[in-house]
Amino acid sequence: MTAPMIGNYGINPEDVESDRPRVAGVVVRELSRTPSNWRATGTLLDWLAGAAVPLVADVDTRQLTRYIRSRGAMRGVLAPGEKPTDAIKAALAASPSMNGLDLASVATIPTAYTEGPSDAGHHVVAFDFGMKRNILRLFVQQGCRVTVVPAATTADHVRALKPDGVFLSNGPGDPAAVGYAIDTIRKLADGNVPIFGICLGHQLLGLAMGGETVKLPYGHRGGNHPVRDLATGQVLITSQNHGFAVRGETPGVPGAKSLEVTHLNLNDGTVEGIKHREYPIFAVQYHPEASPGPHDAQGHFQQFLQALDAK
Amino acid sequence: MPKRTDLARILLLGSGPIVIGQAAEFDYSGTQAVKALKEEGYTVILVNSNPATIMTDPELADRTYIEPVTPDWVRKVIEREKPDALLPTMGGQTALNVAMALANDGTLKKHKVELIGANARAIRMAEDRAEFSAAMKRIGLATPAGRTVTSVAAALEVVQDLGYPAIIRPSYTLGGTGGGVAYNRAEFEELVERALELSPVHSTLIEHSVLGWKEFELEVMRDRRDNVVIVCSIENLDPMGVHTGDSITVAPAMTLTDREYQRMRDAAIAIIREIGVEAGGCNIQFAVNPADGEMLVIEMNPRVSRSSALASKATGFPIARIGTKLAVGYTLDELPNDITRTTPASFEPVLDYVVVKVPRFAFEKFPTADYRLTTQMKSVGEAMAIGRTFKEAFQKGLRALEIGRPGWVLGATPADDRLTSTSPDDLRVALRTATPERIFQIKRAFLAGLTVDDIAHASDIDPWFLYQLEELVAAERWFSALATVGRAELKQMKRLGFSDRQLAALRNTTESAIRDQRWSLGIHPAYKTVDTCAGEFPSTTPYLYSSYDEENESEPFGEQGIVILGSGPNRIGQGVEFDYCCVRAGLAFRELGFKTIMINSNPETVSTDFDISDKLYFEPLTFEDVLEITRWERPKGVVVQLGGQTPLQLTKPLDAAGVTVLGTSPDAIDIAEDRERFEALADKLGVTQPPNGIARSVEEAVAVAQRIGYPVLVRPSYVLGGRAMEIVYDDDSLRDYFVKAARVAPEHPVLIDRFLEDAFEADVDAIADGTRCVIGGVMQHIEDAGVHSGDSACVLPPYLIGDRQVEEMRRHTQAFARALNVIGLMNVQYAIKNGVVYVLEVNPRASRTVPFVSKATGVPLAKLAAAVISGRTLDDLGLPDELPVAGVAVKEAVFPFTKLPGVDTVLGPEMRSTGEAMGLADSFGMAFAKAQIAAEGSLPLAGTIFVTVNDHDKPTVLPIARRFHELGFRILATEGTERYLRGRGVPAERVLKVHEGRPNAIDLIVSGEVQLLINTPLGKFTQADDYAIRRAALVHRVPYTTTMSAASAACDAIIALRSRTGSVRSLQEWHERANGEKSTTGGQIAAANA
Repeated sequence: MTAPMIGNYGINPEDVESDRPRVAGVVVRELSRTPSNWRATGTLLDWLAGAAVPLVADVDTRQLTRYIRSRGAMRGVLAPGEKPTDAIKAALAASPSMNGLDLASVATIPTAYTEGPSDAGHHVVAFDFGMKRNILRLFVQQGCRVTVVPAATTADHVRALKPDGVFLSNGPGDPAAVGYAIDTIRKLADGNVPIFGICLGHQLLGLAMGGETVKLPYGHRGGNHPVRDLATGQVLITSQNHGFAVRGETPGVPGAKSLEVTHLNLNDGTVEGIKHREYPIFAVQYHPEASPGPHDAQGHFQQFLQALDAK
Repeated sequence: MPKRTDLARILLLGSGPIVIGQAAEFDYSGTQAVKALKEEGYTVILVNSNPATIMTDPELADRTYIEPVTPDWVRKVIEREKPDALLPTMGGQTALNVAMALANDGTLKKHKVELIGANARAIRMAEDRAEFSAAMKRIGLATPAGRTVTSVAAALEVVQDLGYPAIIRPSYTLGGTGGGVAYNRAEFEELVERALELSPVHSTLIEHSVLGWKEFELEVMRDRRDNVVIVCSIENLDPMGVHTGDSITVAPAMTLTDREYQRMRDAAIAIIREIGVEAGGCNIQFAVNPADGEMLVIEMNPRVSRSSALASKATGFPIARIGTKLAVGYTLDELPNDITRTTPASFEPVLDYVVVKVPRFAFEKFPTADYRLTTQMKSVGEAMAIGRTFKEAFQKGLRALEIGRPGWVLGATPADDRLTSTSPDDLRVALRTATPERIFQIKRAFLAGLTVDDIAHASDIDPWFLYQLEELVAAERWFSALATVGRAELKQMKRLGFSDRQLAALRNTTESAIRDQRWSLGIHPAYKTVDTCAGEFPSTTPYLYSSYDEENESEPFGEQGIVILGSGPNRIGQGVEFDYCCVRAGLAFRELGFKTIMINSNPETVSTDFDISDKLYFEPLTFEDVLEITRWERPKGVVVQLGGQTPLQLTKPLDAAGVTVLGTSPDAIDIAEDRERFEALADKLGVTQPPNGIARSVEEAVAVAQRIGYPVLVRPSYVLGGRAMEIVYDDDSLRDYFVKAARVAPEHPVLIDRFLEDAFEADVDAIADGTRCVIGGVMQHIEDAGVHSGDSACVLPPYLIGDRQVEEMRRHTQAFARALNVIGLMNVQYAIKNGVVYVLEVNPRASRTVPFVSKATGVPLAKLAAAVISGRTLDDLGLPDELPVAGVAVKEAVFPFTKLPGVDTVLGPEMRSTGEAMGLADSFGMAFAKAQIAAEGSLPLAGTIFVTVNDHDKPTVLPIARRFHELGFRILATEGTERYLRGRGVPAERVLKVHEGRPNAIDLIVSGEVQLLINTPLGKFTQADDYAIRRAALVHRVPYTTTMSAASAACDAIIALRSRTGSVRSLQEWHERANGEKSTTGGQIAAANA
């Protein structure tokens, strides 16, 4: 955590976005052991301990951040002691690199499930590559029935569910390693069904249409990334958490003639949004569903629903 | 969208003199605005009556008008300069109110001046409480229940529904002036009456109280394309009910969950859109119920504010600069983030550190003032500190405050912490009331065994902060009980923000012993960068703070570096004028090829803007903090003569620690400060001093006073701004002084001077290079001797001192400069009585009047001082012996009396003014009139004056009263004065004193029958009467004067105002004129400027 004071307001069940902490470990400058908030039901430390997630405090996390920034994203090990031992070095060497790693198959769900009323106006099939809970919540709020399917679900199977639209979720890992999903998306992107992707879903769509993805030097992480909507000129403050991006610039995505670039990151100019030149297919690299926020980009959900209405 | 090309000339309004609630932060924002507009090629026309500011430096704007910031005078500037646009959002409430008045009376429309930054509709919606509540309702947000009223009767009706306590918030006033919390009907009526009186539109909001709720602020920016960013969140440690300017505040917010923060963020975005701030920044305050998270919108300022200055320094996002660029048409994404230089301004800064701001009060100067903190701001300055944790920043903030506490440290006695007892029960009661000392009472409460819950219950401070403080108390206990202290223990305490002095006290040893141990163990602070992005992007701007953390990011400058010590938090006696000197000299050092390193702790200032220096250390100005920086930087030297008393006090210890002090030598500084050494010097030079002595005990003081003869002026040594300085007339009062005002002890000597009654005083500012000394200006005080020089109006050139005496003062000043080998700035104070010139003091440093003199003469003394300090001679600079002054320049002081109920307005030797205004004109009368209007707002041209003076002043007031009579004024007087005047042919009508029955003097003032009050204290028996009369004049905004010389000057001013309408002229024109008149020296000065 770059924010130096962590755990000030403790933990409450209402704000949890996932069934359990999904990180391997937490590193902080200072941990607050005595939280204060009217909704707090416990401390951060207890919550992490309950899930066996280690936390290291009193670390110069700014130094760590600057180290990673200057050398690029890297693997790491959390271990007790002052200096790394041979065992620790071995563990580090053995840990997998993000490059070429299909983590979606790990983060996805084993079997499909459905949420939302059966008489809902729209039926959305959502690929879960490691989906954030708030995405589902927002679709249901907007009056959709959502069938959440595992990452490896085939195009035929999806068509059989008769969706009004297909959603491609966020998720971890290298998009290029999720070949099966890329094939599926290519088959579905024939103009018969609107498609909307977020984060990993955005990268997979880019790949499916013939584009390329690249690993960013140190990724985009945080809730303050400015993104320009090229159509309106407006700037959205967005939540981001990704290490790969679709290669491209204002004119388009190399290799994917059908795609138009709709959004760019203002910090480094990388692609933040793409859309199909003919079909109602689009995706964004950032998190419009960000919960708790920022909410600047929530309009993309309406945009998708309008596409469903138009169909 | 690119910048607008349909605008060429832009008028910018400053905020006028520094007052409580509107201080140096508007010099910071205004200076940024001028620079931002100039960068874009606009012609900038600036109006500000405050000469101490950097923005009024004639090298900044194209046309600088030192004229009153009032509708009448700004209109004259508009008529003359024909600007295309007016930017009203950079000069606080003053500028906003003037802009609104000019919009409402049609001036702007008539001269085709467009308001940019905020339009009249948005300003009205934000400022008018009823419109604002309605706007919030439209977007689904709640405000505290309340109603705007224009009469006490209506207010009483409202409060029947709302109940007590009730909040009173007058419309269109700054810093919550006239506001307050009423707990019962009597208090309520009094406060409402005052609020209606002080509101320029005679209306006030009566609001349901949310006392005790948590208070937050968001700084928001919006551009013409409707892009909105939140620059910073600020949490107040003190809960609702204490003005945010008086609260300890923390950035970013510490106790909001992300969800709560995002809700506030969404609300802020909706608010700025609904109010319609088109291009610029605003500040929005929220209250959150700690029990259930309910959120209310308290208020919104559609302009830059004190909080936005703080937010700019806290985040590195220059709000005023960016706001200015937005106002001329840019959008956020078109502007670069000036810190990273690679990313755009359309982002939200993230902090990987904690910022704590602590207010600085001046109640020691106003012992009778109500010290309770409420919704009306009372602090006069603030310190900001940055640390990696709250605890570290908090302790740094308290020691940056320079109140003699090296951190979170108790006062020597309970009374110093405003307590009469430290029993748990009494502490619980004390904690209910917010005062400047409450933060220290909390420590006493922990020590007395109270728990976090107890303290939270009594104070409504969020338990999270109290847990943090409890950890500090626990750490102290642990550390003081250790058998031995090693590296780990010492480092642990330093990481919690403890200063060496604190640790020394805990271990019963000395600061130097702790430092020696620490240095031998290699424990030093690391310097971290404020980079707006928590390390995510590389940044090039060296804006640094210390923390006992691992990685040091600062690259030392070494011999190329010059350290400039700033002046710390603003206080009475040490304010923006010293910041002017630091900045002006700093820029000059840069031009001379040095790398400048600024150290300061004041977030309101220009000196803490990161683009003023090559490196900025936002650090407390204590010996320890400065020494660590010089140890790391190994600079060529340190400049101590620019920032007032704060850096000057560090001269000795820094010199002793082997740090090179640049300019005048530490020994020369000591001679000037040490009474006995100075006396020897004055004797040697044959300069007369008033009879004087030094005393180290009460008895010794009485003996000295008897020897030199009463009345005497008594004060502690080594003070600034006349702290605890008094004129004493007999032995009893002298003994009383030591009971009430000051301690005297062998290590705390007091200085006793014969007080020269009815003397004139004069200030001389000069610059010297060790060989030559050039007099910058001789200023005559308008008030008599006995009124502190900072509180007295003064005039340049002198108007009532003979040429012979002026010449003598110049000669003495040059003699002192040579004898002390002054290199840089110096100031000498003189008194003249019966033709004899006495020297009062010599200050071998920049004085309060340096910016005033520089603006009157066009010679930038502080800039030249930098050149001299770095080794150039005055001859090199081509500085002539005589500096030309075009016209007459008058400086008038501004007082905080309306903000501090319970304070008498009579002037004395203890400085109490917060700021100053300047008037420049061809005649003394008009210059004084302008200064007066700028300071007080108005002078009557006709009507009734009320005169009540003591016997001593009666002969002096007679000719003044006669002149007023001849001008057609009706003259009222109390019995003695009336008899005296009538007996000498001035028709005066008698008015009853307060104790003589009714209708009396106060009734007449309250009912608006008096337009000017001339009053001097009448003596012990009528003290209460006098006081009540002066307070009544103050509250009812009747101009008043408490000295004869000021009354006479007021008369001159009224004559000047009646005989012709005042004209306005820019500083640039004044200086050109001065140079034109003395063309030979003019050329040389131009060369010096080049």
